[in-house]
Amino acid sequence: MIVAERKPMEEILSMIEDANRILVLGCRGCTTVCCAGGPKEVQELATLIRMNRKQKGTTVETLEASNELQCEPQSVGPLLEKLADQFDVILSMACGAGVQTIVKSFPDVRVLPALNTNFIGMAEEHGVWTEVCVACGDCLLGRTAGICPMTRCAKQLLNGPCGGSMKGKCEISKDVDCAWQLIIDRLTRLGRLEVLEEIYPVKDWSAGWHRGPQKIVREDLTS
Amino acid sequence: MKSGSNLERILESGQFAVTGECGPPKGSSPKVVQKKGELLKSCCDALNVTDNQTAIVRMSSLSGCVILQGIGLEPVLQMVVRDRNRLALQSDILGAVALGVGNILCLSGDHQKFGNHPTAKGVYDIDSMQFIRMVKTMRDEHKFINGEEISGDVPLYIGAAANPFADPFEFRVTRLAKKANAGADFIQTQGIFDVARFAEWMKMVRDRGLHEKTHILAGLIPIKSVGMARYMRNNVSGLSVPKELVDRMADAKDAKEEGVKICLETIEELKDIEGVHGIHIMAVAWEDIVPRIVEEAGLMPRPVV
Amino acid sequence: MNNFEPLIAVFSCHYCSYAAADLAGSSRIQYPPNIRVIKIPCTGRVSVNHILKALECGADGVYVAGCLEGTCHFISGNFKAKQRVQYAKNLLSEINMEPERVQMYFMSAAEGAKFANVAKEMTETIRELGPSPLGQNKSE
Repeated sequence: MIVAERKPMEEILSMIEDANRILVLGCRGCTTVCCAGGPKEVQELATLIRMNRKQKGTTVETLEASNELQCEPQSVGPLLEKLADQFDVILSMACGAGVQTIVKSFPDVRVLPALNTNFIGMAEEHGVWTEVCVACGDCLLGRTAGICPMTRCAKQLLNGPCGGSMKGKCEISKDVDCAWQLIIDRLTRLGRLEVLEEIYPVKDWSAGWHRGPQKIVREDLTS
Repeated sequence: MKSGSNLERILESGQFAVTGECGPPKGSSPKVVQKKGELLKSCCDALNVTDNQTAIVRMSSLSGCVILQGIGLEPVLQMVVRDRNRLALQSDILGAVALGVGNILCLSGDHQKFGNHPTAKGVYDIDSMQFIRMVKTMRDEHKFINGEEISGDVPLYIGAAANPFADPFEFRVTRLAKKANAGADFIQTQGIFDVARFAEWMKMVRDRGLHEKTHILAGLIPIKSVGMARYMRNNVSGLSVPKELVDRMADAKDAKEEGVKICLETIEELKDIEGVHGIHIMAVAWEDIVPRIVEEAGLMPRPVV
Repeated sequence: MNNFEPLIAVFSCHYCSYAAADLAGSSRIQYPPNIRVIKIPCTGRVSVNHILKALECGADGVYVAGCLEGTCHFISGNFKAKQRVQYAKNLLSEINMEPERVQMYFMSAAEGAKFANVAKEMTETIRELGPSPLGQNKSE
């Protein structure tokens, strides 16, 4: 999932300083799962905003709502068509894609992000998320026993480990696992270590995040 | 001959090679490089010029090489993939060849976090393995990494690093095999303090016949003080400094003398290990001790091939 | 003199502090009339939003009174409550409200006197802090 975190209240409050009617809009997708922008967090944020205004002796009108998936125009459209013009600001609690989906569908509405979008991650346990994918566009997990060196190796080595791997840890920190140690351990377990004898060729970075904005078009799905 | 460099001639003729190291200054003076070069001139077959070692910005490795050549020394151009993408690497290689450099050492480089620009973006476009293969392809096939033709020759003797002390231990030999297959003509290892572990690694190397595929130069770091020994034991990842060695330095009356003694003993032990074709002495900030070490190790005068 | 009378919401666990409140009552132990007890099946049910809503709706202070550590009827509800109370305190700091307005207490069903003492302590704490900056308490 996309893992995000709420921005500091100070930053949010200063962004919405001049707004008196605020739609706090959550997303029931990734940001609900990572406990950053689901209905619960929407309620929390809206309450904090109202409490802040009450402290200042001013009033604010908030509406708390959530989309199924804010990155889908079909999910955003029906709700916002009715509501958009009634608010000064839409404070989105989705990821950056959600914010921009609203921006694209409602060019006249002011949309602000309440979250910082951090990474593509997995839940280690409730309340702990780790980055596991950098969306490089050229997945090599099939060769690395399902452990991503693009994300987890500090040098993004394709033929690791480097000489800094010690006792399973990366040279950059004793708190960081050496991705290549993990890869070797897992391949050993699977009895497939020999796949690493071969030199992995240079990476095609043009498929991934070094390339400017990407787009995928599926001819069979477009109208 | 691949490049015809002195280092290549010595190694290919089966003689025991001695290489040293010359770190360029954090400044623009060629004199620093020249001074280190003069010190090491008579006792080393070639001198590595480090490339922003430990991720600290210094004069470029290539400039250092050219300065050394100016005083009649043979350099080994160190190059790290941390600071250059494939375009920069290839263009620097062509430039180095144009300037007469005949040896290259292909490295990944210490992570930028350790240096004096910890907020820098690491490049790591290709890794050291791919780098070795790229240089080999440039030399043997006259082709860039994208397959396009290179005009002219790229005669380089290709080196790589190996760390027998890093983990996972068993995989270290596989990694050496990959480097040899990629095209490494010679290997310079991490500094050796734990000879027993190195010998164990060398046995695995011989079992796979790798000592016949590539020339292994055993790395040495002369220790100047107990503080240095302790620091390397506790703080430098990828080094294995046994506790006994730290104790020995601590108990010594004259730490520097003890350091030289340890280094000489290590060389003697290394000479006896089958498959070790030379030594690489990294006397960081203690270059002036190298002539004495080489002399007392019975490795002088250096052969002329 | 401070004659401000705080209004305090108490989220009280059915298994411990709520029974302690009963015991305080039947033992005729006096405690301040400032608290409003909200009975819950377990403090693990209290969410950050419950705490915030109480403050927004006019409470000058909120506390959660759960079982002694290690004795939660649902094993870990009181620990969850403790973490959420801390989180709520952090949120209050973020909007420049005193985090002391929210507290967590632990007690057993047998501690009627402790229930009374906690009520007194919290009432004093909030009296010191003064009315909620949200400005809704009209008892001043």
